[in-house]
Amino acid sequence: MTLIKTKVGRRSFIKTSAATGGGILIGFNWLVSCTPATEEEPTVAIPNEWFDINGYIKIGDTGMVTIYSPNPEIGQNVMTSMPMIVAEELDVPWKNVVVEQGSLDEDAFKNPQFAGGSLSIKLSWDALRMAGAAGKRMLMEAAAKEWGVAVTDLTASEGVISEINGERTIEYGQIASKAVGIEVPEELELKEPKDYKLIGTRQKNVEGPKIVTGKPLFGLDYKREGMLLAMIEHPPAFGLKVVDFNTEEIKAMTGVKDAFIIDTTIPEPGGLGINAFPQLVAIVGESTWQLMKAKKALKVNYESVSEAENSEMHAAKMEADFEKGQAATSRLDGDPDAAFASATKVIERTYTAPFMAHNTLEPMNFFANVTADKAELVGPTQTPKLLEESVAKLLDMPAENITVDMTRQGGGFGRRLYTHFGLEAAAISKKMGAPIKMIYTREDDMSQGTYRPTYRSVYKAGLDENNNLIAFSVKGIGIPEGPVFPNRFPAGSVDNYVAESRGIETNISTGAWRAPRSHFTAGAEQSFLDEVAELAGKDPIDLRLELFERAMKNPVGEEHEYEAERYAGVLKLVKEKSNWGTETPGVFRGVAAYFCHNSYVAQVMDMVLVDGKPKVKKVYCAVDCGILINREGAENIIQGGVVDGIGHAMYSELKFEDGTPTHKNFTTYQLVRFNQAPAEIEVHFVENEIAPTGLGEPGLPPAVGALANALYKATGTRYYHSPFSTADQGSNLIG
Amino acid sequence: MAIFNLTINGEKREVDVDPDTPILWVLRDELDLVGTKFGCGVAMCGACTIHLDGAATRSCQVPVSAIEGKKITTIEGLSEKGDHPVQKAWLEHDVAQCGYCQAGQIMSASALLDSNPNPSDEEIEVAMTGNICRCGTYVRIKDAIKTASKL
Repeated sequence: MTLIKTKVGRRSFIKTSAATGGGILIGFNWLVSCTPATEEEPTVAIPNEWFDINGYIKIGDTGMVTIYSPNPEIGQNVMTSMPMIVAEELDVPWKNVVVEQGSLDEDAFKNPQFAGGSLSIKLSWDALRMAGAAGKRMLMEAAAKEWGVAVTDLTASEGVISEINGERTIEYGQIASKAVGIEVPEELELKEPKDYKLIGTRQKNVEGPKIVTGKPLFGLDYKREGMLLAMIEHPPAFGLKVVDFNTEEIKAMTGVKDAFIIDTTIPEPGGLGINAFPQLVAIVGESTWQLMKAKKALKVNYESVSEAENSEMHAAKMEADFEKGQAATSRLDGDPDAAFASATKVIERTYTAPFMAHNTLEPMNFFANVTADKAELVGPTQTPKLLEESVAKLLDMPAENITVDMTRQGGGFGRRLYTHFGLEAAAISKKMGAPIKMIYTREDDMSQGTYRPTYRSVYKAGLDENNNLIAFSVKGIGIPEGPVFPNRFPAGSVDNYVAESRGIETNISTGAWRAPRSHFTAGAEQSFLDEVAELAGKDPIDLRLELFERAMKNPVGEEHEYEAERYAGVLKLVKEKSNWGTETPGVFRGVAAYFCHNSYVAQVMDMVLVDGKPKVKKVYCAVDCGILINREGAENIIQGGVVDGIGHAMYSELKFEDGTPTHKNFTTYQLVRFNQAPAEIEVHFVENEIAPTGLGEPGLPPAVGALANALYKATGTRYYHSPFSTADQGSNLIG
Repeated sequence: MAIFNLTINGEKREVDVDPDTPILWVLRDELDLVGTKFGCGVAMCGACTIHLDGAATRSCQVPVSAIEGKKITTIEGLSEKGDHPVQKAWLEHDVAQCGYCQAGQIMSASALLDSNPNPSDEEIEVAMTGNICRCGTYVRIKDAIKTASKL
């Protein structure tokens, strides 16, 4: 039996939220806002009255259930998977559930409301189950009281409470009014995984019907009566600051209400407050097109406040500073120098990756309505709580007077963890004394910064006369942070091991980009291991399994970050599913496995030659994320991670000249397209009962390594520098 | 500013905007038809795809002054009840992740199937390569188009 404590912090789980839900979108009313959880018609009618059970659950008198999804929805599908967990424990038919986005209210949700680090499911697993179980218990208590029996005489399933040894039954909707406010015991029983009816099934995106019909869902779609539109102009280069601009000329333009400089500097902004351009020109009007024309007419004077950097300088600095100074993180096992000296074979390879932009397809935007004593913010953010705190600092206003509501978000990938766009909207609204929606153009978005850092890592391995891996070294540097995780694989599996990570300062702002550092390190490490296996004359999967065996049976050092058994498990599963070891003429295979964000993913990539150019045809994925919540969404996000990994490793790159990003739109910045994606991606899951972990990030990193390894088989060339399709190394690659 | 009479999703609509305003912004700012998305503004991402007299068109590139007398269909007008075969196939394959590009993808796919009900893989590639999906849902998009072609 699994028991769970219902007291979290100061209050019992029964506390309901005053702030959940709310009419935040155009034409909001309950009927159009709520999305049935399935395409199946609900078997119950739309309720006349709703009863708040707890912060997550509202039950209608007809038995229809509303479940609030607490976390930002950026495409990782938590708006479906998180309510599924609640519905499982509440034990209601999924087709009678409607899902709504919850407002920011961490006290009511007992859960940190952010989307980052693939953590939503992992961190909320207990809170979501508890919400459902507490709701079910309250309904059962109410029924027991109604019938004058003990709650232990009752059972509940599929939205109906029944007497165990009697005839009486009552539906949740009929007893919900009496369940409001009932105390729940300090401990509640949770279901055993074997009893799950909903968790592990395939359920479709609860917002699918709205997405395919173009309903207003996203931040950019948000509209409010009397709302003005605003656009910004930031300096074109890192190292520049706005001085002044042709204000009168701009203000005289058709459709321009006002134009001014804003400053969004706040005290102690923290890492997610990073912003290279706190001072911006803002233009406000009523038409996006007129604002775009005004932006084109801007003549802004800038002053230089720091050095103008360029890509050649970055590459030279990374090489020069490679072993200088103190490593930020490091690990040393055994005596690598001696082991390398005694090794029969030594191999050393250098890997690099450029800066990249996030390029969420929905550009940065936010709505703000700041009045004398209140501020209301609505839009796409991965960190609503941090935004609330940051706006409080900017406006010098208590956080209680600020609300943040989340719209659906047109991609996140880490970009919307940052607060600057919300602050900009708040600053503009304050100046105008009116509700405004601020929107970025693609050029504003791609040249603003918050980029994936640039990296350089050197890997070195030593083999003894029996081709055993006896020494391993990885040293990495990056601008501004190094890419190496010293305690990750192969730490723990090699006697003589050294890992070091260093960073170099820059004035270019950088940020978390889907699977930060892991996406680069997985690609470098997994293609290096492919070369090590080749040098050792071993199958690349067998080499890895040997190392995991060592880490399981006799680990080196005090600790390592991964569970070798689960790591080996995904490799074995992908080996089986892909029939690894069988040769198909014309098919070139690469394999990789990586652990990050608490989940394990292995991939085998099959490449073919189309008109002599390599193209990924099929990918096999094996995933261990513990208990699988929604098979459909999980498959989708892994498939997307593979495509994203292939695309960015092959095509994407952001360079700098005199501090200016050389790419500002998709005319020159290449993202993977339909014709470059694999035709098929199979996803298999390890079945176990381990507490679930996230999938937003872990599918991407191994794709980079598997791609590099398949490319080698197809072309005979090793690819060390992403993007692989650049003229100097990959002119024969597809695309 | 000037008055333009437009036919959008079978309805007559009158707008008073600058003549060079792209139809994308007329739809989004003036007519509250926000299903058509802004992604790049330079016809490179396909998020703003509409049908102009039945042909898939990037609405960020077409000024309102150029479309009087032409028939515009947006994602909102693709079907009355969201049951166009392409929309149904998109739901069946649970294509969307973030969902932002999908209206444009659906408009490109439905224009393809209108003119070519049984496209080959190569024809699907040609029609869909102008639409970026940053989440990487291309595999499901392809499967959904194949399903829709049979509906």
